[in-house]
Amino acid sequence: MKDTLFEVITNKKIAKNTYECTLRGDISDITAPGQFVNIKLDGFYLRRPISVCDAADDMLTIIYKVVGEGTEAMANFVGGERLLTLTGLGNGYDLSPSGDRPLLVGGGAGVPPMYMLCKRLVALGKRPTVILGFGSADEVFYEREFAALGARVIVTTVDGSVGVRGFVTDALGGLDYTYFYTCGPEPMLKALYNATVTEGQFSFEERMGCGFGACMGCSCKTKYGNKRICRDGPVLTKEEIIW
Amino acid sequence: MVNTKVNLCGITLDNPVIPASGTFGFGYEFAELYDINILGTFSFKGTTLEGRFGNPTPRIAECASGMLNAVGLQNPGVEAVIKNELPKLRRVFHKPVMANVSGFSVEEYTETVRRLDGEEDIGWFEVNISCPNVHGGGMSFGTSPEAAELVTRSVRAVTKKPLIIKLSPNVTDIVSIAKACEAGGADGVSLINTLLGMRIDLKKRRPLLANRTGGFSGPAIKPVAVRMIYQVFDAVKIPIVGMGGVATAEDVIELMLAGATAVEVGAENLVNPYASRDIINALPEAMEKYGIKNLEEIIGGAH
Repeated sequence: MKDTLFEVITNKKIAKNTYECTLRGDISDITAPGQFVNIKLDGFYLRRPISVCDAADDMLTIIYKVVGEGTEAMANFVGGERLLTLTGLGNGYDLSPSGDRPLLVGGGAGVPPMYMLCKRLVALGKRPTVILGFGSADEVFYEREFAALGARVIVTTVDGSVGVRGFVTDALGGLDYTYFYTCGPEPMLKALYNATVTEGQFSFEERMGCGFGACMGCSCKTKYGNKRICRDGPVLTKEEIIW
Repeated sequence: MVNTKVNLCGITLDNPVIPASGTFGFGYEFAELYDINILGTFSFKGTTLEGRFGNPTPRIAECASGMLNAVGLQNPGVEAVIKNELPKLRRVFHKPVMANVSGFSVEEYTETVRRLDGEEDIGWFEVNISCPNVHGGGMSFGTSPEAAELVTRSVRAVTKKPLIIKLSPNVTDIVSIAKACEAGGADGVSLINTLLGMRIDLKKRRPLLANRTGGFSGPAIKPVAVRMIYQVFDAVKIPIVGMGGVATAEDVIELMLAGATAVEVGAENLVNPYASRDIINALPEAMEKYGIKNLEEIIGGAH
């Protein structure tokens, strides 16, 4: 965990209400895909926890959806702006149980952490399949980026405007995978919990106070006792979740 | 050289800065970031007799210049604190610590303090009769002078350590509560706990917090804290631990001028994990700026 200044390099809209922001700074504490950063914004008391989409060299990429006043302010970031950012938060995904053919499932704002995960898995010689779930064609992002990593990519949209019509679970049929990783809205996570045939890891979202385990604002119950989403999570294994 | 030392109920603090209970865990998350032995002390996570999960989430909501929390006293329970948390704390913190205790009955407060009393690391007890986020306990003891005195008297009987009672601002007359604690044998009072608040989600048309209401903290509440510390200082002889919206060294000085002997830092630790360290580092310069050589001399200086 490290609190340092990051400089905004680019901040552009890549899909409906969805922005990609690249920042330059010290990423040395970001050690695993699925971790997050907590960004101080001018005029807001609490920081904004945002998942890491990619971190390489001295560049951090985040992708966020405008859902409230904070993310609305973020959409107005301009190049050169400096942001106090707490990095290296959360446990992140454990790559070791992935097997040769891991399945990665991202839904909406849950897609970004899948990118760095996919990149790392490919680097380890794995052959990931990625399902990206969106509501409609205008919300789709990063389809090409995942394909460029060498992953097999399946897009689903609820309205069927592009890719498989329906939810991410509608694309599971016939897929052969050794393990799965997912991040997305809780109803999607729950559906995957029931529809998947292997063990896997889920990344959760919760409103946070601090983001580093001090305030107990984001606690949840697991089979192994109470956990803090920000510190002991955001990634929990399928086996420990109580659903 | 300025002197930042203060004496809190017979124990000398290197400086008056104390991270507040519930914003600092048992210290070790922060010990990864800086040497927490620079602190005056800190007040550990509110401990109850039995372990508690607390309230459902969301437990946190943002406000202008502050936040609401409705954690609901999540803690592993007094036995687990003694067995697991204090040994870990001992490795990273080598000063007397303030033990924050909460409960749902006079008996529970008393039993929790009794069990912790043998722990040598504990310098003070801070008995929280002001948690707004639990039902049937917590704040209900802090809103009547009779109940506050009863808890104080009962806890007093089981410990010789300095006993500080943490008061709620959600009362008509905080002075009468503070006096009742003094009459019950308290060595000090700490104030203010969070202000009871609420926010509504406009899209869902429902309260943002699962608990509906929560405790309001952050810079926005500082004027309320200053006013209450000022009022209580005039009415009691025991020392006051002041808190409420403290974010800077100047805030520490302001609360001390109002009447605080030491000052707790709460919500600010959550948005800036280095807040307490930064405040301690900034204190000597702020003291020089306002012509203060001995910090202890300014306690109640605004009266």
